[in-house]
Parts: sequence; structure tokens; C-alpha cells
Amino acid sequence: MKWWIPFWNILVKDMRAYYLKPPNISWGLIFPLAWTGMFFVRSGGGLESILSILPGVVVVSILFGTTSMLSVTVTFEKKGGSFDRLLLAPIPLKLLMLAKTSGAILFGAANALIPIILAAFWVDLSQAAWSAVLPAIFLLAVTSTFLGLFIAVSVSEVFEAQTFSNFFRFPMIFLCGLFFPIERLPVFLRPLSYVLPPTYGADILHGAFNVGNAMPLPMDFALLILFSIGLFLVSLRNIRRRWIA
Amino acid sequence: MGDGLVSTIAVDGLAKRFGDVQAVADASFEVFEGELFGFLGPNGAGKTTTINMLTGLARPDAGKVRIAGIDCTGNPKAAQHLTGVVPDESNLYPELTGFDNLCFCAALYAMKKRERTTRAQELLEMFGLAEAANRKFAGYSKGMKRKLTIAAGIIHNPPILFLDEPTTGIDVASARQIRQLIAGLHGAGTTILLTTHYIEEAERLCGRIAFIVQGRIVRIDTVGNLVQPMQEKHVMQFAVSNRDNALPGKLAEAFPSLTFQGLVGGLIRVEARETINIGPLVRFLEDEGAQVREARRMQPSLEDVFVQITGIEAGAMRKEKEKKGGGGP
Repeated sequence: MKWWIPFWNILVKDMRAYYLKPPNISWGLIFPLAWTGMFFVRSGGGLESILSILPGVVVVSILFGTTSMLSVTVTFEKKGGSFDRLLLAPIPLKLLMLAKTSGAILFGAANALIPIILAAFWVDLSQAAWSAVLPAIFLLAVTSTFLGLFIAVSVSEVFEAQTFSNFFRFPMIFLCGLFFPIERLPVFLRPLSYVLPPTYGADILHGAFNVGNAMPLPMDFALLILFSIGLFLVSLRNIRRRWIA
Repeated sequence: MGDGLVSTIAVDGLAKRFGDVQAVADASFEVFEGELFGFLGPNGAGKTTTINMLTGLARPDAGKVRIAGIDCTGNPKAAQHLTGVVPDESNLYPELTGFDNLCFCAALYAMKKRERTTRAQELLEMFGLAEAANRKFAGYSKGMKRKLTIAAGIIHNPPILFLDEPTTGIDVASARQIRQLIAGLHGAGTTILLTTHYIEEAERLCGRIAFIVQGRIVRIDTVGNLVQPMQEKHVMQFAVSNRDNALPGKLAEAFPSLTFQGLVGGLIRVEARETINIGPLVRFLEDEGAQVREARRMQPSLEDVFVQITGIEAGAMRKEKEKKGGGGP
């Protein structure tokens, strides 16, 4: 079996059917723009404050871009029955789910580039450690996508997926050190920060944009990879238990 | 059956429970190579659950499944390249065109681009959908959707095909066309497991039939063998005006060797082991104030067998058809 044929076609189909549709493109553009503007105004600082809020905006753009899409590409298709067609094809479940999530990973990564491109017009990004930024964006997109997958396969309805996503997403904005350091959180909330994957992505980006990171980079990358693998495996187990029951 | 025939689908002791409901209980049957095997039962009998377990959409609680000699019990993926599945609901992508849907389904079976295009065009022609090839699936009529769903199920030329209620809920003309297509696939050598609650459809298409009721297979045999005992009976039907509801009872008292059943629309059904002499019957009915409009000799059908074996009235099955929106044979 030439596995790349179904993989590529599932990815292309999802891109055409969902990700490249005008509402999603505009969502991908407007949302990061709105976040950038909101935090820029809220910071009350000059143009130099852009650099300090950029990592947080990048993480939020990825997080919302990816998790929102999975409820459509997975939960909606399962509800409509077309996901069963994929389950009936002779494709290993792991490969199938990687194909279904690849579009969201690319979409999330593309979302992340928008605030960076915008920031480049206002501040000098030449000092940024791109060798850390780009892998961090990719890993954040992967982890957020698999978080979205975990949510998508834990519910039956699209609205449930959206509600459940918000249960994770909004606390993450405040708990993951995106816009203010974790050290400023109440002590009892800090452990929560360390079990949320965006914390580590944000830490890499803070370091890469010279804002200063709190943890060693290898540890941040290793934990993001571990979160990705863990969330993917739990999602696969949930699919087997709930959808092939 | 069995000698010299190749078992393509072999099911042994298959069972599935959803909460308190035993959806399928101890189902065992075989489908032979090139056979068109029918699974006949009312809604909720366990037909779709059985297909789901055979195709990998549901995990059996117990039992074994072999498809084309491959043990699929723990690994349903093992034989999926050999099977095509047409689910009871059309489940293609509404935002894709008919052509793109078929090409996408072909890609799921790793068919190369040129192969996909050629096969999709060929099937669109075969199913009379060539003119709608570039229209979105969402805009198709129910019958067109059903046809395209069947086309998607056979896009990779599977030697084994599972058809779940293929003609339910569609117009009569489309249902007829689909039955012709199924017969054509069977003629070309495809092994087909067809579920239906249309008795006439099963009778017309299938070589062997399993009756399934409340998750249990109550009888499996060829259509000929199933109908044979009924053919030894003599059945007549009288159309009567001014029929008194007590009339079948009175007739039974007067003619104890015959069996009478009052049907809707003023019909009385008479069954006997020997030839029915209609003269005394007509006289008796007229003496009771009923007027006999017509007396007709009936050919026993699979429907009679189904009613006899399962105890489910054909009327109840018809109501299900109507609820689903027509499309019967």
C-alpha cells in the first residue's frame, strides 16, 4: 500500500474543503490581528513592547487556529458519517489521524507567521533566534492540534467541541506565561502552568525574541514533544474506545 | 450449500451489546464466493450492527470473523482492501463534486491519479451520473446520492461488497435502477452481503437469506427452500363486501380443516393442505350476508415465510418502509 497517496489526498481534501475557505482564511488573519492589537493597546507601552507581547500572540494564534479547526474536520465529519468512510479504508488509524491533523498543523503554523510578519514592520526582528522560533512554532502547532484532536474525539457534537475547547483555551492564555510571567501567578496556580503545553512553547519564544526564558530550551522542546506524543496516543485510544466501540 | 464452495465471509458466534440491549446475539453464518446473501429483518434487528462488526466500525463482544480467509476478529483493517461498504446513510462529502468524491474515495485505496480519474468517469457513466459529475454532492437528489454512494463503495473494484439498506428512502425508479446495478455486480462475480427490510427485494435479488429478529438469526436458507413448505399449501384469498369481523371465526367453526385469517380491506385468507373447494365457502359467506366479489388463488411468497418464522406481520414491515420514505420494490 502506497500510504502517501491516501495521506496526501486527505490533507489536500481538508485544505480545499475547510482550511482554504474564505471564512477560515479571514479567521486566520483577523484573529491574530485582533489579539496583537488588543495586547498592544493593553500593554500601554511604545513600539518596543511589541517584542514582549509577540510570543504570547503567536501562541494564542496557534492555539485558537488549530483547536477550532479540529472540531470541524473531525467532530463534524464523524457526526455526518463521512469520517466512517475513512475508518473503512485500509489505512492504519495512526496514519489516518496524522493525515487528518496535518492540515490543522499547517494552518496553525501559518497563523503564527501573521503576527510575526506584522511585527517585522514595526520592530527589528533580526536578533531573534529563528533556529528556535521555527521549530517552536511547528511543535506548538503540533501540540495544539493534538490537544484539539483530544477534545474533538472526546465529544459527539461540534458545539460541545467548541465549548470544551474554551474550557482549555481561555485558562491557558492566563496560566501559560504568555503575557506575564508565571512567577506573578498566585503560588497555588503555578503547578497548573507546568502541566499545560503552551507554557513551554511560550518560554522558547520568549527566549528566542530576547525577552528571556525561564527554563532550559532542550527541556522546553522535550516537553512539547512529550505532550504531542501523549495527546496523540490518548486521542487514538479514545477513537478506538468511542468510535470503533 | 457448502461443498466445493469457497467461504468468503465466515462469522461464528458474533455478539454485541449496547447497554441493556443485546443488538446481536450468537450470529453465525457463511457467505460463499460470488454469492448474493441477504440479511432480512425489521429496523433495529441488528443488521447494521452486524455489518459494522464485519467491516471494522464496531468491535464484537464475542465471536470470530474471517473475510477471504483472513482472521479479522482482532484486526478489521487486515481485510479492508478487499471489501467495499455502502452504508445505510449516504456519507460522502457534501462540499465536493460527485467526481471529486469518487476520486477521493479511490485515493483512500491508494489508487494512482490516472486510475482514479478513469474509474470515477467509468462509474459516473455506469450509474447515469455523468451529467452531474461536476455538481456538488450536497445538491444531488436522494436517489443520486444513493447511487454515488454505491459507486464510491465499489471504486476500488472490491471482490466483497457490503450493502446496507441500499434502496431505503429513495424513489421507485432509482430503487429499481439500483437493484439492476446490484444484480449486475453479482453477475460480474462480486460477493455481496445485502441487508434490507424489503422482503420482495431480498426475494428478487438474493440466493440465500438470513432472517434476523431482535439480534438473533432465526433461519438461513435459499429462497427456494424457504418458500418450498409454503408451496405445499393451498392458499386462496376472498374479497368480501359487508364483512362481519366475526366471519373468520364462524368460517373456522364451519370448515375445521381450513385455516382462516381476516385481512384489511375486506379480505379473507384461506389456507389448506389440500385443494380448496370454493363452492361451499362462497355459499356460507353469502348465507352470512357477505357478498363475495372475488376469489383468487395465491402463490405463497417469501413474505408468508417471513411472517410464519418470525411472527412479524408484513404490515409492520411496510409501515417501516413508509416511515423511511418509500422506495420499496
